[in-house]
Amino acid sequence: MSPISRREFIGAGVAAGAGLVLGFYLPHRSSVGGGDSFVPNAYLRITPDNKVTVVVARSEMGQGVRTALPMILAEELEADWKQISIEQAGASTLYGDQSTGGSASVRSTWDPMRKAGAAAREMLISAAALKWGVGRASCKAENGTVVHPGSNRRLTYGQLVGRAATLPIPTDPPLKQAKDYKIVGTRVARIDTPSKVNGTAEYGIDFRLPNMKYAVLARCPVIGGKVASFEDRESKQVPGVSYVGKIGDSAVAIVADSTWSAIEGRRVLSVTWDEGPNKDLSSAVIMESLKQSASKKGATLYSVGDVSKVVGRRIQAAYELPFMAHAPMEPGNSTAYYQGSKCEIWSPTQVPQDVRDSAAQAIGLDADQVKVNVTLLGGGFGRRLEHDYGVEAALVSKAISGPVKVLWTREDDMRNSTYRPASYHQMSAVLDAQGWPIAFSHRIVMPSINVQKGFPAEGGVDAEVKEEASFVYSFPNISVEYVMTETPIPLGWMRSVNALQVAFASESFLDELAVAGAKDPLELRLHLLSKNEDIQGWHTARMRAVLRLAAEKAGWGKPLPPGHYHGIAGFACFNSYMAEVVEISMENDRPRVHRVIGAIDCGQVINPNILEQQIQGGVIYALTNALRAKITFDKGRVVQGNFDDYAPIRMSEAPVVESYFIPSTEAPTGAGEPPVPPLAPALCNAIFAATKKRVRALPVLG
Amino acid sequence: MPDITLRVNGSERKVSVTPQTPLLWVLRDTLELSGTKFGCGAGLCGACTVHVDGAAVRSCSTLVSQVAGKSITTIEGLSTNGLNTLQQAWIAEEVPQCGYCQSGQIMAAAALLAKNPHPSDEEITQAMSGNICRCGTYDRIRRAIHRASNAGGAR
Ligand code: FES
Ligand code: FES
Repeated sequence: MSPISRREFIGAGVAAGAGLVLGFYLPHRSSVGGGDSFVPNAYLRITPDNKVTVVVARSEMGQGVRTALPMILAEELEADWKQISIEQAGASTLYGDQSTGGSASVRSTWDPMRKAGAAAREMLISAAALKWGVGRASCKAENGTVVHPGSNRRLTYGQLVGRAATLPIPTDPPLKQAKDYKIVGTRVARIDTPSKVNGTAEYGIDFRLPNMKYAVLARCPVIGGKVASFEDRESKQVPGVSYVGKIGDSAVAIVADSTWSAIEGRRVLSVTWDEGPNKDLSSAVIMESLKQSASKKGATLYSVGDVSKVVGRRIQAAYELPFMAHAPMEPGNSTAYYQGSKCEIWSPTQVPQDVRDSAAQAIGLDADQVKVNVTLLGGGFGRRLEHDYGVEAALVSKAISGPVKVLWTREDDMRNSTYRPASYHQMSAVLDAQGWPIAFSHRIVMPSINVQKGFPAEGGVDAEVKEEASFVYSFPNISVEYVMTETPIPLGWMRSVNALQVAFASESFLDELAVAGAKDPLELRLHLLSKNEDIQGWHTARMRAVLRLAAEKAGWGKPLPPGHYHGIAGFACFNSYMAEVVEISMENDRPRVHRVIGAIDCGQVINPNILEQQIQGGVIYALTNALRAKITFDKGRVVQGNFDDYAPIRMSEAPVVESYFIPSTEAPTGAGEPPVPPLAPALCNAIFAATKKRVRALPVLG
Repeated sequence: MPDITLRVNGSERKVSVTPQTPLLWVLRDTLELSGTKFGCGAGLCGACTVHVDGAAVRSCSTLVSQVAGKSITTIEGLSTNGLNTLQQAWIAEEVPQCGYCQSGQIMAAAALLAKNPHPSDEEITQAMSGNICRCGTYDRIRRAIHRASNAGGAR
């Protein structure tokens, strides 16, 4: 399996992706859409029956891309939203990087989708003008039609497709002003909701082929171990089991005519494992080695002034976080059909192109012999940026020469995943005589996801850690360092990635500084943001605004019900600014979270409803991370297995989440991940307010 | 393997599977009713919730032999004509994100409303806390249940 992923790096990746796409316009009268359709580019097809089909080249994992991306195109097209239907793109060469991650789907398609819609709109106007023999400036597009107000004539887009398809494609069509938006910024109902309430939505796990078999794999319980030998006599006696065989070095596949038979076949399979070099590995040892590494100087991520020279009252603290698992609701799966010179895969994946390339390599085909279709994803959270499910399905299909669905059980997912890296944070600050901090240091000690996956890290700096460790506050002296450690534990990008660890440490420590300097936590933050500046590309004014908005909506500083306490935190990541206020009370020494107020500035909001969902979902996801999510290793094995010992928040623990945003016409930025990082520090700051006890290690409940 | 007769969404279905097979896999793999989801396989998440004689059960933890002859309803059979009040409330409140847990959530909510047409917040929490949603849609689930309740229940 190729370890390299093409997941976009924030920033650079977004721009590169957009450029690629724009360069690729299909020729006129392309056959892609069939005879009479108008297909001005790879994103759009308009047919004579007045239907507009928008191709979505990102994966829908709950974040709403199947609605939000077509909204952007439809806006510029001046389409009637009721005309729009969508088509999901599989792995393709037409759309640039199709990775869905880094909260980048709207950011990276904002320009291509707008231009695709605008170019088509201009061509449709020209087509109508030619038909009527009037100047094109006297015509305008509205609601899926072109009108000529002078003569009160109107043609639908469907009536214009033939003519439009013969016209040249404008390369730089004019784009609309935000003030004229009719679709963008509105609560358009999500396209896929009806299918998700009647059972017809088709996720990867639901995909089915004629004569398809079902497979599960027995994988070495020890990280990095291999199959030494296996005995399959009993497995093969399980009714329905048709094949048992080694897949790669470290797994045995059991293939059957139903999922349950495969699971039963695995239960009675006996495998002797070569446990390999990690058989004594434990979480305690890993955390100890992170602590040891904290005495080393790290690579500089950001530095102002000289923290070592500052005199005053010094405050120090260390924070630590455990490994965590994504645990999306739909367990891993993929269906593959290998047929000698070609292979087709259906996968709930965030990286169809990576799955294509890795599967092709694994089964000895060229990438263009492998077709990858993207199904709906039952959650992603970064877990499906890995290629493993699709590759396994291709390998098993090749082994049995037939169609097969590989399914991971929940325990498989918990124990053979990639994990958010554990980390250790050494914090230090100096307060002046008035209690204001004048120096701030943060040494991040953590293994690098990207380096483990084979990406370069110049000078010991993982570019993504640097990006997500951005610090928006202004200090005369600051030092953010990164000590890169190594670990054999497989690492993965989990919702908000490194920003979660960084924010927990730095936003909790800021609260400590507020307490030490006798400042209100909000006041301290606003003080550190008081000047209008750009800090590492971030604007202090925008951070200030979300903190103020969250505080105002929460009633920060106002009396709360007896026994209730507030905590606040803010963080900027994925090009967005987010602040949260958490309201808790303590019940039997445990926090009960009543209410979370989130305020975001993510530029132009495409669909307020979807944004609110992202904030609600991000907060709940982050609350699980903060309270209980902990993956521990013992003897090289993951201890947790299912939702009993890795227990997500349920309704009984879920707070009310209120979401607010700053109205903006700036280009849209990320929404899926920014709500995650502020939650844990805001919660722990509230716990301090309630108990005077500082939580310096997650998870809160141990 | 003996045939087992099930009554699923109002029709008789004969299946020939080992009697210890969990109902979930019979529904999904044998009867091709894939609206019922697999989340944990251990009775912990509720993604596999169906109705057996009107009561919400975890199909992953129910053997097919235990439900022979009983009346089983899955999300596909919840409403016989279009979307029912509860499903419409789910749409009105825009509950689903990824949607994967929602069949189970809706089946749990439908069973609740059938017993208790006007549940309090506390009763909703009680009835729904067996169902996990990793996308965090709990707030909206609660609202949708209240909305359906105000509009006349699950039907
Ligand atoms: S799959 Fe049955 S309760 Fe989770
Ligand atoms: S909507 Fe995704 S798990 Fe509930």
